Amino acid sequence: MISLTVNGTRQDLDIEPETPLLWVLRDEIGLSGTKFGCGAGLCGACTVHVDGVATRACITPVEAVAGSEVTTIEGLSSDLGRKVQQAWLAQQVPQCGYCQPGMIMAATALLAESPRPSDADIDAAMTNLCRCGTYARIRRAIHAAAEA
Amino acid sequence: MIDMMKTSRRSFLKSATVVGGALLLEFALPTLGPALGGPAGRAQAAAATTGINSFIRIEPDGAVTMTVGQAEMGQGVYSGFAQILADELGAEWSRVSVVSAAPHPDHNNPWLDMQMTGGSMSIRAHYDVLRKAAATAREMLVHAAAEAWGISPDGLSTEAGFVVDAAGDRRFGFGEIAAAAARMAPPAEPRLKDPADFTLIGRRIDRPDLPAKVEGRAVFGVDVTVPGMAYAAVRNAPVKGAAVGSVDRASIDGMPGVIDVVEVPGGIAVVADRWWRAKQAVDALAVTFAETPHDGATTAALMDSLRAAFEASDAALAEEDGDAEAALADATTFVEADYDAPLLAHATMEPMNCTASVGNGSCEVWAPNQSPVSVTAAAAEVAGLEPSQVTVHTTFLGGGFGRRFEPDFVAQAVAASKAVGRPVKLIWTREEDIQHDFYRPAAVARFRAGLDADGNILAWTTRISAPSVMQHVFPGAIENGVDPSNVEGAVELRYAFPARRVDYVMGKTHLDIGFWRSVGHSHNGFFTEGFLDEVAAAAQADPYQFRRRLLAHDARALKVLDAAAEKGDWGAPLPQGRGRGIAFHESFGSLVAQVAEVSIEDGDVRVHRVACAIDCGMAVNPDSIEAQMESAIVYGLTAALRGEITLEEGKVQQSNFHDYELLRMDEMPVVETVIIEGGPPIGGIGEPGTPPIAAAVANAIFAVTGTRIRSLPIRKQNLEV
Repeated sequence: MISLTVNGTRQDLDIEPETPLLWVLRDEIGLSGTKFGCGAGLCGACTVHVDGVATRACITPVEAVAGSEVTTIEGLSSDLGRKVQQAWLAQQVPQCGYCQPGMIMAATALLAESPRPSDADIDAAMTNLCRCGTYARIRRAIHAAAEA
Repeated sequence: MIDMMKTSRRSFLKSATVVGGALLLEFALPTLGPALGGPAGRAQAAAATTGINSFIRIEPDGAVTMTVGQAEMGQGVYSGFAQILADELGAEWSRVSVVSAAPHPDHNNPWLDMQMTGGSMSIRAHYDVLRKAAATAREMLVHAAAEAWGISPDGLSTEAGFVVDAAGDRRFGFGEIAAAAARMAPPAEPRLKDPADFTLIGRRIDRPDLPAKVEGRAVFGVDVTVPGMAYAAVRNAPVKGAAVGSVDRASIDGMPGVIDVVEVPGGIAVVADRWWRAKQAVDALAVTFAETPHDGATTAALMDSLRAAFEASDAALAEEDGDAEAALADATTFVEADYDAPLLAHATMEPMNCTASVGNGSCEVWAPNQSPVSVTAAAAEVAGLEPSQVTVHTTFLGGGFGRRFEPDFVAQAVAASKAVGRPVKLIWTREEDIQHDFYRPAAVARFRAGLDADGNILAWTTRISAPSVMQHVFPGAIENGVDPSNVEGAVELRYAFPARRVDYVMGKTHLDIGFWRSVGHSHNGFFTEGFLDEVAAAAQADPYQFRRRLLAHDARALKVLDAAAEKGDWGAPLPQGRGRGIAFHESFGSLVAQVAEVSIEDGDVRVHRVACAIDCGMAVNPDSIEAQMESAIVYGLTAALRGEITLEEGKVQQSNFHDYELLRMDEMPVVETVIIEGGPPIGGIGEPGTPPIAAAVANAIFAVTGTRIRSLPIRKQNLEV
């Protein structure tokens, strides 16, 4: 039995310990906001917070986060998280939207650590992929959220 | 492709009925005469007899629901359609919501007479239909109000969700009058609003699908859940077309959660109680695939076979004007160059997936797709049912770009569900997605141009060869041996060439070939604008001024070219090591010019800025147009700099984002867009930003390095300043 906290709720899971956190979130707990993009930690569509740190859930075995606090896009209820989401809307960032939960989780973690990130900070932290090419708007939204 | 199939269509109101207290307007569109052929065309004919649908629904509380039959894949069609409908109706925008339509001929693209999302056609093909639908609803609401008030409908109008009388004394909310309105006789020819009175069309409206997308609530195909469903993971044949040989089920004995091993079209699937378990099992499954005639196929051989077309004597004529050969003989300067572009994958962020539930005499499918008719056909065939027994739900698409026009993954999900007798959600890995795409065809072109002593072009010829896009989807589109999707963007150039000849040799590959954002324009934009730059250099002319001379007769094109040059500071001094390139290309009814500013750092190209001007006729949502220019530029730039699918031993070598790299945040150039509304007809916006970017960048590289880029991707070049 593996126990962890997801969006404030304790979860006790009887599951193969190597199962990636992504599939635990999506198929065991029913939180589908965290997306599957590559399965190899390359695209960031699966980004969640593990104890506040942006983490790629598709390559994180669930046993590695036993006892941790996991936050997904559905549980992003902090003031900062709301600010980021508001900035995303104000800049009309998403196109298809598939990568955006991961982008928002990555951006929120960046802003928590670096409240006034430079463009270089954003480049370094935001390595998630967006096939629609919303990068310029993401950059604007992060700056806007920092100033909100 | 599509312009050639365009035909003038008129819609007419079929009926208006009250359903559950809501005003529901149902439209029918006459069917297109010639069948398109292929499975999609056949299914369309069958689907035409099923289902009912509507564009506008008004609830008793005044909420207005717009039903959109075009897939929302990021291009903003929900917003664009809802803006058009709401404006013409006089609805209050905050009360408008959008839902995805079930497949139905009422939602057919009027130019093609089939329901599909592609060709940058949504707004331009449906604009008139949507306005007429909404104007009809508005007049019925107005007539119902007039009858209730016992006055003439003249002078009544709608505004912000109300019918108001001329004096502004009385008003009905849409919800109050909707049921009565549904009993009104629909007007034969509703009066359309004066565009001067538009309140939503042309404005930057917030997209209705975005709140759900930033909160993680938006349901993409991969997010669909159905009670009792199992999950499937797939191993597709490593060489396209290889049959499954032996399967050793014992090799996965005892693996947790496994329900069954199922042969599906194109490969083998493991069905399990969880997707991760299905994936582990399909990875572990001992399976062999039969040999194919293509087991030795390589990219090198493919490109050689395409280049052989340069010497072919039987090329099909795609375009001819004047006597190009004679004009070339008269030239004082002759320029010749060969260009090529590689196979490309779409790499939508959401991997291919589909959920299917095959029951007794029915099949329900949830699929992120661009062609519900193809989905219906594929599901019906595999399930052994009639198309009328198939129900298709189109979810949000995590990217489409042409890939989701194909229903191959739908057939697999249906086969898996049918085999295990319960609903199945089938999801491809990224590796399967990249290695089993319907690829943008590799293409080659040989150009020749002749100039007179003053540097004027006398003749321009192009020979193109590429595997056909249309052969398997719309074979009827191939005429006289020419696939229009392979030559588009190399023919009908707006430049004043006194003589021109474009011909074509159809290439062959065992791979599946498909629509890839801007299709033939994606390579031909690079080819033509790259070669034109070479001709400008041969004429010792400034690349911008050279294009201006060739477009002197074309005020609309000049305006676009000038706008990009101005926005891109063409001619202004640049730091050492930086250069600008310009390109102009018309596609999907829109004119786009781009100026790229690049530098070379450690042998690699860095694109700093792209100034982009587009004339798309009219702007429904300027913010969506800017977003699509940014998007199309990144998509095209990713391909130009990095994109390449290669084959060895018949197999695609790339597998994930480490070897099929996409641009990231740190490589995103600043994109500045100028929108020009040159007047009707409306042009597309989803694709036209892609074709010019590779050439703009290649031409900028030439400005910095003196090196011509004639082969993509650019990263293969060893660039030095």
